[in-house]
Amino acid sequence: MSPATGPRAEGAKGPRILGVPGYEERAFEDFLHAGDLLVVNDAATLPASLFARFRGARLELRLVSPPEGHVARVVLFGGGDHHMRTEDRPAPPVLRPGDVLELRTSRARVTHVDPQFLRLLTVELDAPAVQVAYAEGHPVQYAYIERPLDLWDVQTPLAGRPWAVEAPSASYMTSVPALRRLRAKGVAIATLTHAAGLSSTGDARLDAALPLPERYELPQATVDAVQVARAQGRRIVALGTTVARALEGNALRGGGRLEAGRFETDLRLGAASPLRVVSAIYTGVHEEGVSHFGLLEAFRPAGDLRYAIEESERRGFLTHEFGDGWFVEAEARAALAA
Amino acid sequence: MKRVLITGGSRGLGLSLARSFGVREAKVVVVARDAKRLDAAVRGLRKEGLDVHGIAFDVGNKKDIHRIAAMAEELAGPIDTLVHNASTLGPLPMPELSSLSCEAFQAVLETNLLGPFRLTKALLGSMTLRPESSPSVVFVSSDAATSAYPGWGAYGVSKAAADHLMRSFAAEVPEVRFLSVDPGEMDTAMHRDAMPDADPATLARPDAVAEAIVAMVLPKAATGSRRVALGEA
Repeated sequence: MSPATGPRAEGAKGPRILGVPGYEERAFEDFLHAGDLLVVNDAATLPASLFARFRGARLELRLVSPPEGHVARVVLFGGGDHHMRTEDRPAPPVLRPGDVLELRTSRARVTHVDPQFLRLLTVELDAPAVQVAYAEGHPVQYAYIERPLDLWDVQTPLAGRPWAVEAPSASYMTSVPALRRLRAKGVAIATLTHAAGLSSTGDARLDAALPLPERYELPQATVDAVQVARAQGRRIVALGTTVARALEGNALRGGGRLEAGRFETDLRLGAASPLRVVSAIYTGVHEEGVSHFGLLEAFRPAGDLRYAIEESERRGFLTHEFGDGWFVEAEARAALAA
Repeated sequence: MKRVLITGGSRGLGLSLARSFGVREAKVVVVARDAKRLDAAVRGLRKEGLDVHGIAFDVGNKKDIHRIAAMAEELAGPIDTLVHNASTLGPLPMPELSSLSCEAFQAVLETNLLGPFRLTKALLGSMTLRPESSPSVVFVSSDAATSAYPGWGAYGVSKAAADHLMRSFAAEVPEVRFLSVDPGEMDTAMHRDAMPDADPATLARPDAVAEAIVAMVLPKAATGSRRVALGEA
């Protein structure tokens, strides 16, 4: 399959969505029925890529997670830019605690270097790091996108708090009027904020460890809505993998019970993961072999997903951030009903 | 607790609105172009014990819109009240349309019309997800939106269009309340720029107008309505 090479053009139809199983295409709203609970991620996307100088060399810092005050966790990239695939870019220099990177409007002092992944750093800036990012940062760019992405390109229609470092892209499938029509037909809508993390670090070993622990906040109103839906045996649908990770991560820490508040999750869903909360998921189309495919194995056997890939290919679906989507329903498993 | 974003908040009506919302325990974020003046204004309000933050951006610049929306949400949490107060008169003294450059007209529309459209659009999704916070968007309008005066062409057009933008949003988005408020003639720097010879004693105080506007916004004024705020002269 080919990747979508840029944001959807003005007036273009929304992403195409294939149901799995069923393998038929429907509009976003037509997969949901009265009584369903749709949970969405309202994170806005940070300009998470910042250029810095260190001993004359031009380097790129990418925020790994939303910063806390002046402190940011970053991945360091060597020279080159987004026109090169991250894995083809030269390795960055090895920095030590105390080293200082010069940004345009601030300095970043290295306070910690990950002993396992040397390009994973903690830095302290002269000013609140979110403020520095909005003063001089750019959205994370992708080699397959034709023109540089602007902040406007990477905001979903539900963007609120700037927590995501890459767009929670499943939300591109929806819109304010689509959610209104869903409410009108009896679908409940609840929110959470999940700090969608980096998709690529330029280091194969570190990429294999993704996603790193990600911050999320679950409001009490959403916990209540989920409890009601569960008690009544209604479907709980995640708009995007970030929502699924937050809900399942939260349920895992509470032994099945959800708790409102701000937490981190390092949950990696896979074939062996029981689904405690989510009954279906809207998600982007990805090839087999990427971590995303593994995540969806929590919902369907690999054979179904392979068939969905074939079917998507046959229909000319596009992959990646601005591409098309799937609506994947979890296979009913006896163990989960217990 | 309300979480309020006010554009053009470093002086005049915007500053008064920040205070009026602030004393009602709202978290307030004000945006203005002039970082120094904004900083002084915010420091003053904080000394009064108010929860106010300032962010220096230009509402008339499309590139600043998501910076404004995101920084406001970062500093105050999900914004439920957006006040489009920033506006520009264009070149001074205000020329007749025949003498106004096309670029100057366009710049007035960027700040007074397109800025509010873009910023509303940027915050709308987040607002519609929280109907329990009674989200509101307020457009500060003008008498020039309904009456035509020589020299006020670009400004008047921008305000008339912004009023209609407000009505159009109200027709489309029932989850959010949209209002436009004509503050009347006030004793502000903008009024002095437009009409240097006006007698300040005949003009309303922005503090009084702000109180009147906040009193309209906090209770349930009907969405899509245009109102006149009469501050005492």
